[in-house]
Amino acid sequence: MNNIVPPNGVDEKLSSIESIIDGLGDVGYIASRRIATALFVAKNLTKPILVEGSAGVGKTELALSTANWLGLPLIRMQCYEGLDESKALYEWKYGKQLLYTQILKDKMGDILSDTKTLDEAMVSLEGFGDMFYSEQFLEPRPLLKALRQEHGAVLLIDEVDKSDEEFEAFLLEILSEFQVTIPEIGTIKSEKPPLVFLTSNNMREMGDALKRRCLHLFIPLPDEKLERRIVASRVPDIEERLRHQLVAFVQALRGIDLKKLPSISETIDWARVLLLLHADSLEIDMVRETLNVLLKFEQDIESAGKEIAELTRKANQV
Amino acid sequence: MQQTLANFFRALRAMDVRISPAEAIDAHETVDMVGYRDRQFLKDALCIALAKSEEEVGSFEECFDMFFTREEFQDRRNNESAEGGPNGAGPGESDLSESDQALIGDKELAQLVLDGSASDMAQAMERAANEANVANIRFGTQRGLFTRRILDKMGLRDLEMLILQLKRSEEDGAAEMAGRLEQGRKYLFEEARQYINRQFELYARNAGEQLREEFLLETRLGAIDPRDAKRMHNIVRRMAKQLATKYAKRRKHTKRGVLDVRRTLRRNMAHDAIPFETVWKQTKIDRPKIVAICDVSGSVAASARFLLLFLYSLNEVISTLSAYAFSGNLIEISDILENKEVEQGIPEIIEKVGFRPTDYGKSLEDFTQNHLDAVDRRTTVIILGDGRSNNTDPRTDLMRVIHDRAKSVIWLNPEPETFWGTGDSEMPRYKAFCHVAQHCSTVKDLDRIINDVLKTYFRA
Repeated sequence: MNNIVPPNGVDEKLSSIESIIDGLGDVGYIASRRIATALFVAKNLTKPILVEGSAGVGKTELALSTANWLGLPLIRMQCYEGLDESKALYEWKYGKQLLYTQILKDKMGDILSDTKTLDEAMVSLEGFGDMFYSEQFLEPRPLLKALRQEHGAVLLIDEVDKSDEEFEAFLLEILSEFQVTIPEIGTIKSEKPPLVFLTSNNMREMGDALKRRCLHLFIPLPDEKLERRIVASRVPDIEERLRHQLVAFVQALRGIDLKKLPSISETIDWARVLLLLHADSLEIDMVRETLNVLLKFEQDIESAGKEIAELTRKANQV
Repeated sequence: MQQTLANFFRALRAMDVRISPAEAIDAHETVDMVGYRDRQFLKDALCIALAKSEEEVGSFEECFDMFFTREEFQDRRNNESAEGGPNGAGPGESDLSESDQALIGDKELAQLVLDGSASDMAQAMERAANEANVANIRFGTQRGLFTRRILDKMGLRDLEMLILQLKRSEEDGAAEMAGRLEQGRKYLFEEARQYINRQFELYARNAGEQLREEFLLETRLGAIDPRDAKRMHNIVRRMAKQLATKYAKRRKHTKRGVLDVRRTLRRNMAHDAIPFETVWKQTKIDRPKIVAICDVSGSVAASARFLLLFLYSLNEVISTLSAYAFSGNLIEISDILENKEVEQGIPEIIEKVGFRPTDYGKSLEDFTQNHLDAVDRRTTVIILGDGRSNNTDPRTDLMRVIHDRAKSVIWLNPEPETFWGTGDSEMPRYKAFCHVAQHCSTVKDLDRIINDVLKTYFRA
């Protein structure tokens, strides 16, 4: 089906907290102990992880990095309102079915030519089995694809809070049994259950049934030390002094009353911008001009604007 | 260890972390896998299996730290019997002299208080606590009772008998031994009391809070103590959130079995318009439009505050909400409440229009003249007021206008129905122009009524 070499040592790689932290570190994801523990428990209990946290703290990135590190294919499903089974699980290839019936029409005539009555024709047709509802005509969507990976996979169900409640209910069978039932074919059970991540921005409260089937990992905004390491790993070219300063600045910025606090992805973007601008230390004007990288609301920029001088001064003392 | 985990779940539940049996099983599996050796590892792993939201993570961490802390038993041996030297401390191999041993006989508790190490003491107390079901403690007043129970289970009676015997005895050193035992008993009391305090903190800290909340649910809105304001706000928010989640996702409703021919054809163009995929007709569900008109004169202001707080916490499910406040005259307050938290906005509003004699007629006139556009056939008008118009003209004709335009008019009155119509109350006359007129005095009423309002919109 696909040419992925069976990744070796997935089990080994996930065998201890330290090896998880190191391994994720190698692919550029700085994991806290709790994140590593979540992976460890998820692997051993074969349970999906529901990852929550505000936008940009690295929820999706965790799944991407895990897949990258373990050498497993990443199968991603973006959720949205109105997402349904046919887009998430499988669909019949109607067009192909239609085309084949047209092409095979003559063939059918040949086969049925020596039958005399309708009953006979039916009997001889029956002998061919369910041609059109077989695997050939099945279009697997992300969930089915993930279940059918022989060597396991990382399944990312992104922003599950955006999906409808019905869809959430539909996920339950897959998440607890790692199997799906297709009426025409039967039950497909996963040989090697994928590692499942569900991410949620808390647009709405997830149902208890779903929560109960998942492990829950809440990723908070990082503390200063962790954030410095993350920036160092993502933007390695940045100078150490500037890195300290900018992280201190962002940390202080989070102390102000803002509509949307800047999260890690914003810090990283900002570090890249400062690098591009060849900054070697924080300057008030430059901060003011690039503030829109960190803050995404006009009101926030306004209310932070008054404090910039003070915050920059403090950050520069680091 | 099973009992330990079960007690831990109980402590977690006491802190509002919900743990279902399935999660309990997960936790057991997690513990089997992780073991008790690495504390941080255990904490992280259990947290991931049990805590299912941000708040729960916080509660979990607090509870874990409190629950798995057992080192508070002071090790008396170090400061009192330093000459005893290092030895494995078990009740069997104590360093009591033989004469002492002879005096106290085989009373375990006596040996323990004289000689037991802190960990022995902790273990014995833990065992007794399990037998006494300390995890059932709910109220502060039960502390004495449970202390006593633990001590009984540990064999306090025997110890007291022994002390009495020794005091009466003529034997050598008996009196001195009795003194030592009495000291020990005091220490034991103190430790037991401390222990119970910790357990109380663990299992029952929230019980008092819960009791208070239950009480507040039933309290008249006007009579709520200012010091409970914060608590009330949390309750109202929580209720609103529950309602919001209940109705949040139902925007469309598929009519079963009614084919949408046009959209089916369009969808199946790719298949030569052969209808492989069917599309069913849907009805869109309108989100509620609500107009809230609140009397903010002295008597009703408190209720108005909670109604507004409730409605503004529902913004996820309400498409448009406009609010008006009146006493002598009427003004629109939506702007104030949208830019400010309701708690801060209310005092400002009261300052603007409050503290004047209520005039329902004038206020209705203001409303129909300036704001009648806000009311259409999809709008629910909620009026909160006692209907006491200080003998001015009630202008029921204007009420009729509103009634005829709106989807429904709901009047909430903080006064019980028996008072309607007494004195200057115009309630019976207004009632004729309301779809619903109800007595609403507690948060519970509020919750019920607003639920009813939402139901009329989201009914399938």
